[in-house]
Amino acid sequence: MRTVIFRTIAPYLTSLMLLFSVFVLLRGHNEPGGGFIGGLIAASAFAIYGIACGVPPVRRALVFHPMSIAGTGLLMGVMSGMLSLFVGVPFFTALWVTPSIFGVEVALSTALVFDIGVYLVVLGTIASIALGLEEREAV
Amino acid sequence: MAETSHAPIDLSVAMITQAPALADWLVVAPIIVCLTGGAFLLTQRKNTALQGWLAMLILALLVAVCAGLLMHVLNNGPIIMTMGRWLPPFGITFAVDILGAVMALVASTVALFCGLYALTEIDEQSQRYGFFPFLILLLGGVCGAFLTGDIFNLYVWFEVLLIASFGLLILGNERPQLDGAVKYALLNLVATTLFLIATAYLYALVGTLNMADIAVRVRMLPEGAPINTIVALYLVAFSMKAAAFPVFFWLPASYHTPRSVVSAVFAGLLTKVGVYALLRIVVMLMPESRSLFADLLAWIAAATLIIGVLGALAQNDIRRTMGYLVISGIGAMLAGAAIASDLGLMGAILYAVHSMIVMTALYLVCGIMIRSAGTHDLRKLGALYGRDPLLAAIFLILALAVSGLPPFSGFWPKLTLVQAALETGYGWLAFAILINGFFTTIVVGRIWVMSFWRGGPATTPDGETIDLTAMPDFPPKQRRALLLPVMGLTVLVIAIGVLPRPFLTITAGGAGGLIFQDGYIEAVLGKTANLQGQGNMTEPHNASGESQ
Repeated sequence: MRTVIFRTIAPYLTSLMLLFSVFVLLRGHNEPGGGFIGGLIAASAFAIYGIACGVPPVRRALVFHPMSIAGTGLLMGVMSGMLSLFVGVPFFTALWVTPSIFGVEVALSTALVFDIGVYLVVLGTIASIALGLEEREAV
Repeated sequence: MAETSHAPIDLSVAMITQAPALADWLVVAPIIVCLTGGAFLLTQRKNTALQGWLAMLILALLVAVCAGLLMHVLNNGPIIMTMGRWLPPFGITFAVDILGAVMALVASTVALFCGLYALTEIDEQSQRYGFFPFLILLLGGVCGAFLTGDIFNLYVWFEVLLIASFGLLILGNERPQLDGAVKYALLNLVATTLFLIATAYLYALVGTLNMADIAVRVRMLPEGAPINTIVALYLVAFSMKAAAFPVFFWLPASYHTPRSVVSAVFAGLLTKVGVYALLRIVVMLMPESRSLFADLLAWIAAATLIIGVLGALAQNDIRRTMGYLVISGIGAMLAGAAIASDLGLMGAILYAVHSMIVMTALYLVCGIMIRSAGTHDLRKLGALYGRDPLLAAIFLILALAVSGLPPFSGFWPKLTLVQAALETGYGWLAFAILINGFFTTIVVGRIWVMSFWRGGPATTPDGETIDLTAMPDFPPKQRRALLLPVMGLTVLVIAIGVLPRPFLTITAGGAGGLIFQDGYIEAVLGKTANLQGQGNMTEPHNASGESQ
């Protein structure tokens, strides 16, 4: 699989897919998309990079171990529900703030934090599996 | 959807408008502790120096939270919390009565002792592989299953604990482990799929997933509604989970392969989740259909009691023997579910509590025995008394407890069950329980005599003792560290046996909650919630969808 064409194109493809995965994640709030599918796209981006350039560069690019990323995502998910404790509403009630950034009203919510958590869990888990399989193949 | 409403909407129709009391957070606290703790440990996998003690801290916190929850439920009756401010039955509700709180407390206590044991037993490599995160996430699944008040959510927690258990099962990556894990995974997935199918049918029939709401609506079903079919499906699914005859084969095929502490956690917790689900769904929510199946349940219980203990008698691998003892204990709990009088259910719950503690302790003791002797084959074991008299004493106590002899924890639940069986005309079931106790005594007595009492392995001549120094290296410091959690569990076993009153009172309360569901239903749906008022609301409870 490590042809010159593939190796040249893979970094661009990966960065495009990662960008697209974030787009899908944010879009998911009101339209089809969301953390799960976004995480899948991001994980496949890393998988493609791994197929083209080998697993070690992917691990270096990820900086953190994929399972740590998944753990952080899970932590974010639970924490987004915990915020309800301080506002006096039941667990996992969505809370909203709409600060105005550069004149644009941005709707932020705990649901978004939760979705980012899902994104990271899916990214971490699937990337972990994919990289593990690719590593096994290389041996 | 973002609320950009102009006209005021009366939220109190569909949503909770009062702030929940701080104590109500205890309902979800075990889940929060487990998930945050597990997630954090997942990020700290490489930090083996810190990880184990951090896990102990999390487990201790979990025990404290569950104890607080039980106290609260004992004082104030069932408490609930509904996610996302929806009024039940629309949101996902967590509802805890005495039964759920007791099971969660015992499960977390047992897990704490297992964690202490694992500090010594689990090597650094397995820690890096993620033993502690898996253990804590498994606990999250178990506690979630005990605390939830939503039948689909129960399924989700089953999946959570199943996935975590896969990870624990293959810790070490050995060939027999993978073999056991495949059987375990396949049969458990069949059971969860059946559970899911049954839940889908139930939803089609009653249009709700909230357990309290199901209990109300099942009573109002028209004549000829196929509720009995659904109960039959649930029975098969939960029997498989609980490892009852004739669908227990996954248990002896897999429980002897992982590390002994993993087997101990599984033996203590997993099958009891199946029994709990059976008690909660079939006994509590569908009592009429259950009485239709009562005789079948009684036969299954008797068969599990007898076949389980005969299987134990036939084994020479002590770990497999323990697996079959777990199964025969499930039979006793099913007997309680079959009788389903308040005494019978009390016996079942008490037996579950006893079995969680004793079976975990027995597996842990087996782990120490295997480490001491270097073998798990009963024919090669022997002379362990000379090596460790304290371990011999502990094993004897646990052995008497598991066979139901006084003054240990197994006596009271068996007494209660036998009495309940005799009172309700199930004399033969009482007989099965007693026969099971008799054979269990032989099984554990055989292990004790052959591995502790006799002078050496099978070929050692009578009256001689083998050279103990020839036994494998097992530093006394490690042995003490492993013995400590076992002693803790043994103290619990003795405490239940000698001072049974508080345990009997609490489990009687749990059984009462299963029979008189009104307290539970009232806690979830509110005092005023009669059915006519809620009958025609068919609102999706997820965030997507229409706004009016």
